[in-house]
Amino acid sequence: MTAALLCLLVSLAAQGSPARPGTPRVLVWGGDAEGGAPFVEADPANPSQVRGFDVEVATRIARGLGRPGAQFVQVQWSNIDQSVERGDFELGLSGVEDTPTRRARHAVTLPYFEFREVLAVRPEDERRIRELADLHGRRVATLGATIAYDLLLAARDSIGLIPVSYDDDVHPYTDLARGRVDAVLLDHIIAQRALRRLGGTGFVILQRPVANGYYVGVLARADSALRDSMDAVLKEAMRDGSLEQIFRRWDVWDATQGALFERVLRAGVMTPPAGTPGAQVVAYLPSLARAAAVTLLVSVLSMALAVLVGLALASGRVYGAAWLRVMTAVYIEVIRGTPLLLQLFVIYYGLAGVVRLPAFLAAVLALGLNYAAYEAEVYRGALEAVPRTQLEAGRTLGFSEAQILRLVRGPQALRYALAPMTNDFVALLKDSALVSVITVVELTKQTAIYATNVGSWVVPGALCAVVYLAMSLPLARLARRLEHRWGGRAP
Amino acid sequence: MSALLVIDRLRVRYDARDVLRALSLEVTRGEIVALMGPSGVGKTTALRAVAALQSFDEGQIAVDGFVLAPGPVPPESRLVPLRQRVGLVFQAHALFEHLTVLDNVTLALRHVLGKKPGEAELAATTLLDALDVAARAGAWPRQLSGGEAQRVAIARALAPNPPLLLMDEPTAALDPERRSTLGATLRRLCEQGRGLLVATHDAEFAREHADRVVKLGNDA
Repeated sequence: MTAALLCLLVSLAAQGSPARPGTPRVLVWGGDAEGGAPFVEADPANPSQVRGFDVEVATRIARGLGRPGAQFVQVQWSNIDQSVERGDFELGLSGVEDTPTRRARHAVTLPYFEFREVLAVRPEDERRIRELADLHGRRVATLGATIAYDLLLAARDSIGLIPVSYDDDVHPYTDLARGRVDAVLLDHIIAQRALRRLGGTGFVILQRPVANGYYVGVLARADSALRDSMDAVLKEAMRDGSLEQIFRRWDVWDATQGALFERVLRAGVMTPPAGTPGAQVVAYLPSLARAAAVTLLVSVLSMALAVLVGLALASGRVYGAAWLRVMTAVYIEVIRGTPLLLQLFVIYYGLAGVVRLPAFLAAVLALGLNYAAYEAEVYRGALEAVPRTQLEAGRTLGFSEAQILRLVRGPQALRYALAPMTNDFVALLKDSALVSVITVVELTKQTAIYATNVGSWVVPGALCAVVYLAMSLPLARLARRLEHRWGGRAP
Repeated sequence: MSALLVIDRLRVRYDARDVLRALSLEVTRGEIVALMGPSGVGKTTALRAVAALQSFDEGQIAVDGFVLAPGPVPPESRLVPLRQRVGLVFQAHALFEHLTVLDNVTLALRHVLGKKPGEAELAATTLLDALDVAARAGAWPRQLSGGEAQRVAIARALAPNPPLLLMDEPTAALDPERRSTLGATLRRLCEQGRGLLVATHDAEFAREHADRVVKLGNDA
């Protein structure tokens, strides 16, 4: 038995260990297939495989390095840097942007593609909106933790536009067509793909770029030697035309790329054009404070809604006719039995054809209606926990049923409900992080953006935890004090 | 003097078992009637039926002209005249735990009789004073002794000034001295023109303080 276990451990260790020196290994590279074509996407013909120009670039690099092939590892786009640094793969490629912060923290390859940050607007706005400066007071969407997002943050202060951050690069354009945002700022490849997906209607892409940027490969900081080898392969691919062929196959080749190749081959090293300012803790504090305020506001409003709807549901379950009891029970079970994330998507995107709710309102509605189901059960339990003789005492004194609820049963039930309500509010405070999927930038999302930009979760994570605790601890303390006061002490 | 309460052949069944079978009794103003019998014989059931907290199967209950018939308990909206006529002191007092002593007594004065807060407080304080618990007006129910809680419960039941007061096992938690004080208090209430129906298994208390004793046995 022990021997068998030992054998198993030894064989597992052998699998996990690097290949012997001299044996070429497969190049393991990471990217986000959710980002889709033309970067990386699941192959429609064989969904277990990926395809896209980044897939072919990775394969070309592997071949140039003398590796037997390239193996893809799926990773969330915003986590590519941290995954490569902790050794999940050797190379990150997936429309990874060249930024000063990335260069400072990781080993970065030569730029292999030049993209343009372009604005997309609705056709009727094309004459009015020509550049960022025309977007004062307007909502401008982009993907979080990108150069485009940093450009919008800078423009928020200088121009007064309203940046709206998305977790994906599809919904900014559908929301633009629906009128939820007034413009989208993203890479020209993404904009062109979105336009094709919408059948060439719904928005137009402004020709004048807001900024230029480069796609690079990212490696762990310690892998600078491997990076240098990859740079040599990339240069070779630029020289022999294989990179151009890849881009032409994916229909992303243009004169800009030819000029880029020339510059790279002549100069060797490029500096990133669209600058991300060096990320300092202090620089992010105002954004974190704003995001914390959003978290608090969303949570407080959602809880208020949850309490009101929960009270109505609980009253329906305790006092209602049979049909009302059934309906409230169905609501409670359906809401509790399905993920909050799904409910957020349904309210924001699913109902968009019927009613276009602003993101903040949709967030409050989804969270509030979800928690109402839990509150309803808390209140039902609390109402039923009030002793029957208390209600009978109210009756013998001549109170109506409504007066008994208001003057006797409700106030006593509130005391029973206080502890679970506090629990629920603290849970809601944390669940409010989910609303970032519908573009509301709250504390966790802002922290993720901050962490991506500085390339570490240590300081942002600690700051974020402190802010959450600063919001939840006083609440728990207040609840304890109330319970203590209401619970009283015998003489 | 005409009867304040007339119970005529009251029958209450639970799960095909007779809890009360043909109970008849009368209570007139100025009279303390003790409803006696061992535990489980239906004393509390009889009081609850008079207070319309539970239905009965046969017979009739009349309180100062207001008649309750067999069948389900009528909705509260039709019981307003009964509520004005009957007060009930529960065995476990059932004081409102979230309100102080004073608020327990003023609640019905304000929200049923529509008295202004000042008026209600004055009336409540007078009642509490008469029952010797005015000093505890600011206390919470959980801070009261058994005797104090009972007197507050009596004050609360008397606040709307009902002519008939029902009491369920009032001596259960009292020592002999307190029992005698309670007897004197009940007598005073009677002298104010009220009728009292007291359910008790305390034969000594019944003998000393009741004007009449109605015994409930298994044949009641």
